[in-house]
Amino acid sequence: MSSQDKATRRGRSPLSLGLVAVGAFIVAFGLVALLMNIRGHKQEAANPFFRVVELTDDTEDPEIWGKNFPQQYDAYKKTVDMVRTRYGGSEAIPRVPDAKDPRAVVTQSKIEINPNLKRMWAGYSFALDFREERGHAYMLQDQMFTGRQAVPQPGTCLHCHASVYVPYKKAGDGDLFAGFEKLNHMPYAEAVKLVSHPVSCIDCHDSQTMQLRITRPAFIEGIRNYKASLGVANFDVNKDATRQEMRSYVCGQCHVEYSFQGPEKRLVYPWFKGLTVDAALAFYDSIGFKDWKHAETGAPMLKAQHPEFDLWNQGTHARAGVACADCHMPYVRVGAQKISDHHVRSPLLNVAAACQTCHRVEEKELVARAERIQNKTEHLENMALTALVDLIDEIDASIKAGATDEQLAKARDFQRKASFYVDYVEAENSTGFHADQESARILAESINFSRLGTISLRNAPK
Amino acid sequence: MRIIVVLLIGLIGGIGGYTFIYARGYSYIFNDPAECVNCHIMNKEFDAWAKSSHKAVAVCNDCHAPHHAPVEKLFVKARNGFNHSLKFTTGKFHEPIQITEHNRRVTERACRYCHQDIVNQIDHSQKEPLSCIRCHSNVGHST
Repeated sequence: MSSQDKATRRGRSPLSLGLVAVGAFIVAFGLVALLMNIRGHKQEAANPFFRVVELTDDTEDPEIWGKNFPQQYDAYKKTVDMVRTRYGGSEAIPRVPDAKDPRAVVTQSKIEINPNLKRMWAGYSFALDFREERGHAYMLQDQMFTGRQAVPQPGTCLHCHASVYVPYKKAGDGDLFAGFEKLNHMPYAEAVKLVSHPVSCIDCHDSQTMQLRITRPAFIEGIRNYKASLGVANFDVNKDATRQEMRSYVCGQCHVEYSFQGPEKRLVYPWFKGLTVDAALAFYDSIGFKDWKHAETGAPMLKAQHPEFDLWNQGTHARAGVACADCHMPYVRVGAQKISDHHVRSPLLNVAAACQTCHRVEEKELVARAERIQNKTEHLENMALTALVDLIDEIDASIKAGATDEQLAKARDFQRKASFYVDYVEAENSTGFHADQESARILAESINFSRLGTISLRNAPK
Repeated sequence: MRIIVVLLIGLIGGIGGYTFIYARGYSYIFNDPAECVNCHIMNKEFDAWAKSSHKAVAVCNDCHAPHHAPVEKLFVKARNGFNHSLKFTTGKFHEPIQITEHNRRVTERACRYCHQDIVNQIDHSQKEPLSCIRCHSNVGHST
C-alpha cells in the first residue's frame, strides 16, 4: 500500500466512520425497540389478574371492583358515551338546568317527534315526557328527573334503575325479597335515598367467583313462572340455568315487559303463559288489569315497557343460541386475554366485534341488513299508530254523539289491544331487529285490532 | 476502522440474534401449530382448530401454505411472517382478523390438494371457480 493510499483513507475516515456509527445506531436502536416490544407482548401473555382489594357480597361501589378488574371497569364507564344509530341511541341535547332538573344534557323527545304517541298515551304520564334512552350510566339520573315524576311514582321503579342488590338486602335485614317488598311500598322520593349507583358489578356478578348471578326478585319469580309453563317445576335460576342462558338472563332482569300489581305496586313480569305479547295480554286480561284509563275514550289501557328480552326470545338469534352478551358485550382481545366488552351498547356501533365473529361479511353490508329490517318495522309501526289514532277519533266521535258504554265496549277493548301491541314494538329498543318477523306480526295484529275496533262502531251513534 | 466495523457487526448481530431467539423466530420454519400462536393473536383460531374435524388430518400449514413447491411454501411463510410481525408490532389491524386475498387463494388450492377426487366433477369453470370456504367456512376453525 502506498503512502498516498493511506493518506486518502485517513482523509475519508471521519465521514465514513460517522456514517457507520449512525447506521449502527439506527439498527441497534430499532433492534432493541423490537426486543422490548416482544418482551411487552410476552408480558401480556402472562396471567395479568391481580387481586388488589377484597370484594364482599356488600361491595356496592363499582370503583372498588374496578381495582381488581380495570379493563372491565374502564369499558363499563364508557356507557356515558352518547352516540346515535339510525333508529336509536342518544344524541346529547343541551338544556338549561333548573331547580327541578339539574341535567345540562338530555336526549331528544320522542313524543315531540311523533305526536301520535301523545294521543296513544293520553291521560298517562308517558304523554308528559318520553325520550330516547341513554347508556347505563344515566339510568338513575334520567329516572330521577324525568317529567313523568310529576305524577308520584312508587319505589318499585328502582328495581331496574339503580343498583338495588345491597340496598334490598339492607332494607330486608339480609333478606333480598323482604327488602324488595319494602322498597316497592315506598314513595319513589323516599326509596331513592337508599340507593347510590346505577347498575353496578354486583347486580350481575358474584363477588367471590365472578360468575353471573341473578339479583332481581322479579326476574327470579318471572323466569320460574315461565319455566313452569314449559313443564319445569321450581326453576331456581341461580342453580339451574346454563352459562349461556345466564349471559341473556342477567340482561333480562330488567329489559322486559312488566307491570305493577296491587296497591303495594308489586313488580310482576307477565310470563305465566309464555314470553310473547299474546301471553302478556292474556295475563293482564285474566286479572282485569289496566295501567290507566284513556283520557279521551275511557278505555282501560295497558302500557308496554321495553320488552327486549321477551322479543329477542322470539327471534332467530335466540333460536341459534346467541345470547344478549354475544352482540352487546362481545368478546374483545386485550393483550393475550379475551374479555367481554363491558361497554354495553348497540351492536351497530361495534359491528366488527359484535357481528363479524359469526357473519363474515363487510361491516357496511351488515349495517345495511339491520337497517333494512328497521326501516320496514318503522314503516309498519307508523301505519299501526295511524290506525290506532283513527280508532281513537272514531270512539271520540261516538262518545260525543251519545253512545252508551255498552255500544263502546268492543271498540275500547280493541283500542286496548291495538295500543298494547303497537306500543310493544315501539317501546322495544331494537326497532324490530331482535325478532323481525314477530315484530311485523305484532304490528299487523295491531293494525287489525284498530280496524276491527272501527268496524265494531258501525251501529253506534256518530 | 476495520476493527470498529467488525465490532459493530458483531454487536448488532448479537442483539439481533438474541432478539430472534427470544422471539422464537426459528420456530416458524417448522410445522408445529403451537408455534403459530407464539404471538397469541390467533389463540381463538388455534383453540377452534383443536376442536375441529380437520385437527386429525391437517395442521395450520397444510391449509395455509402451498403444497406444490417447497420454495413457494417458504416464500408464503416469509411473506406472512413479515406481515404478521409488522401488524403485531404496530398493533394496527382489523379484528376479528380476516384472511387476505392472496392467502385465501392458497387455502382454496389446499382444499383441492386433498379433496380434488371428490370435487373435480363440480369444479370445472375456469372463469369462476367455486369457493370451497363459501359454504365450508367452519371446517378449519369456527371461531
